[in-house]
Amino acid sequence: MTLLYLAIIIWLLPLLTFIIQIFFGNRLPRKGDWVVVGAMFIDLALALVIFGNVIYKYNPDFRAVLQFDWISLGGQDFPLGFVLDNVTAVMLVVVTLVSALIFLYSIGYMKGDPLYSRYFAYLSFFAFSMLGVVLFENLFGIYICWELVGLSSYLLIGFWFEKDSASDAGKKAFITNRVGDFGMFLGMLIVFSALGTFSLEGIKNGVESGQLSGTLLTAAGILFFMGAVGKSAQFPLHVWLPDAMEGPTPVSALIHAATMVAAGVYLIVRIVFMLTPVSTVVIAYIGGFTAFFAATIALTQNDIKRILAYSTVSQLGYMMLALGTGSYAAGLFHLMTHAFFKALLFLGSGSIIYAMHHALHAVNNDADPQNINNMGGLRRKMKVTFWTYLVATLAISGVPFTSGFISKDAILAGTLSFAGRYPQHFLLPFFGFAAAGITAFYMFRLVFKTFFGEFKISEAREHIHESGKIMTVPLVGFAVFCFFAFYTAGNNSISLSSPGEGWFYDLIKPPEQTAMTAAEMPFSEEIYEQEELPAEPGASHSYAIFLSLLIVGAGIVVSYRTYISKTISAETWAAMYPRLYRGMYNKWYIDEFYHATVIKLIFVWSALCRWFDNVIIDGIVNGSARITVIFSWFEGKFDNIVIDGIVNGIANATQILGWFTRQFQTGRIQNYLVGFLIGIFVIIIFRMM
Amino acid sequence: MITLDSCLIIGAALFTLGFLAVLTKRNAISVLMGVELILNAANINFVAFGFFRSYEIHGVLIALFVIVIAVSEAAVALAIVLNIYRNMRTVNLDEVDSLKK
Repeated sequence: MTLLYLAIIIWLLPLLTFIIQIFFGNRLPRKGDWVVVGAMFIDLALALVIFGNVIYKYNPDFRAVLQFDWISLGGQDFPLGFVLDNVTAVMLVVVTLVSALIFLYSIGYMKGDPLYSRYFAYLSFFAFSMLGVVLFENLFGIYICWELVGLSSYLLIGFWFEKDSASDAGKKAFITNRVGDFGMFLGMLIVFSALGTFSLEGIKNGVESGQLSGTLLTAAGILFFMGAVGKSAQFPLHVWLPDAMEGPTPVSALIHAATMVAAGVYLIVRIVFMLTPVSTVVIAYIGGFTAFFAATIALTQNDIKRILAYSTVSQLGYMMLALGTGSYAAGLFHLMTHAFFKALLFLGSGSIIYAMHHALHAVNNDADPQNINNMGGLRRKMKVTFWTYLVATLAISGVPFTSGFISKDAILAGTLSFAGRYPQHFLLPFFGFAAAGITAFYMFRLVFKTFFGEFKISEAREHIHESGKIMTVPLVGFAVFCFFAFYTAGNNSISLSSPGEGWFYDLIKPPEQTAMTAAEMPFSEEIYEQEELPAEPGASHSYAIFLSLLIVGAGIVVSYRTYISKTISAETWAAMYPRLYRGMYNKWYIDEFYHATVIKLIFVWSALCRWFDNVIIDGIVNGSARITVIFSWFEGKFDNIVIDGIVNGIANATQILGWFTRQFQTGRIQNYLVGFLIGIFVIIIFRMM
Repeated sequence: MITLDSCLIIGAALFTLGFLAVLTKRNAISVLMGVELILNAANINFVAFGFFRSYEIHGVLIALFVIVIAVSEAAVALAIVLNIYRNMRTVNLDEVDSLKK
């Protein structure tokens, strides 16, 4: 329980620094970066304490929950809760470690930015939101932090908002995410209407007791997955992630590669007990297709960050593929390893872009500092960046001794075993292995074009320098975590190829009672335990290692022959399949497709609404105004003629009467006396009658 | 033979003459003279009624009072006329119409 309170402190600390930074950041020494970075390192230390405790306990069922009442509306209580279990502990370490190193790196990368202090404020706000997603035990709380994560992503993508492309990218990311979040919200409503609770524990009990089952459960699972599709940039909502690269590179590393986009995967991990066979297959196919599809786009891109963005989409697809094929732990495992090597790749690119930018600036060349065609030969100038980048590339390609090798093989083995059990899904391992080969190819293409050969803009060559210590230290830090031993260390052994004996698989176990096990669809974790039966699906792990090594090796060799020894010409291949090449180069026209359909439809609909507004609504308004004017005209006439006539008539009559009576008042005594005499006569005459 | 009626007729004639003088004369002095005639017409009536009828108070007494009052009235009225003349340089009643204001 104390550990849980510690975790809540981890969660609230970035909020505190956010408040300090947003209000007082500019007045603090060094614009307050040390507050944010220092707090994040404290967070990291606390997370390591928690993690150490969890490892020390070594209990797969460790789980601490804190429930409290949040609000109560009309007799319905809405409790919130925090949970600390092994998944949370791992995620806490991943998020705080990646954040701490990237915050440190940002000090160097963002130096001299006019909004320096606000940048760090947003960073800590992001850390707060992300840790909230990890810590909440309650779908409602997760949803709140989920949206806050989206908000901080929007703020950081559009951080250089004076650039139109950056502010547009921010809006695109936010709106695309809203589409997915809409699905997630519907899923929450289904769960709440069926079970009356948002608590994960409560939902789990409800699913186990069959209160929520059948089509409704499948629909809820797919709708939750829709939220994950938006956040984790899966096909068809992946379009925002490559554009999100408009943000500062450390942000791309932190949010759009390592942590936030993994929130979708994390969500699926959390709700895995409510996935039915149908929804898992949907997840597997979308994930597998995304992995393959995004990899093909990455093949032909030239912007260093966009290549990495598509590779992120592809790797996230891997994680979804793992979860969809029942490799519960493998999905989360790949999330963890990917967070480190992808953050490293982005930070390395940041270092390159930083160096390129300054070198091009020094010679007043306005070439694109992010285009890999302008680079080359950087390995001699930027040694630290080169070696760390190479390590990360080996990891993402899945070369032995790296973390990526282990996690990717776990996923591929899972898909193989899944296809072994269900041969009709043979496409899933095909997607997985093809994406692995393509990934190796394009990642080495990136490395070869950037670090090998000759620098393309020769006059700027002298100005290329390695980045400062504050940027290279995080690079080295991440590179260390690409080493396999951190992940496969178990109680008594360190495996080179399989995580099956390691602490991760010992601690992260899929829930026992789920909608999937009820349908006799087992999780694939047992592949490591059945290794000795070659005819069984359990052998798939050995096959997977063999196959993936072959494919990855082929990818690297082809890449080497294309870009170093030039025995294969990329141009010839592109000319041979012009349609394929143009399709890949233009990202399979998904953006154009959205422009032609969704956005066009919205424009047409808006035009229709505008027409309706202009003609019908304005017509009614103007018509009623005209009627009022006419009516008022009549009323004015009535007022002027009848009412004023009466009033003036009375006045005139009074005037005439006054004039008449005034005639008698001559002021002459004698006239009055005549009147007096007449009066007397009248009285006398009346008296006499 | 003098009767009450003949006295009253004389009184009435005198009153009418006086009243006509008041109404028609433009000169303030003439008007005052008309007023004297009216007062004396009243006196004739008082004396005649006192002579031919008997009341608790004899008409002659009232006639005496009226003469005294007529004297003071004439004095006051002449003073007013003098003041009017001093203010307006006229005793012509047509031109004296400040009551209208």
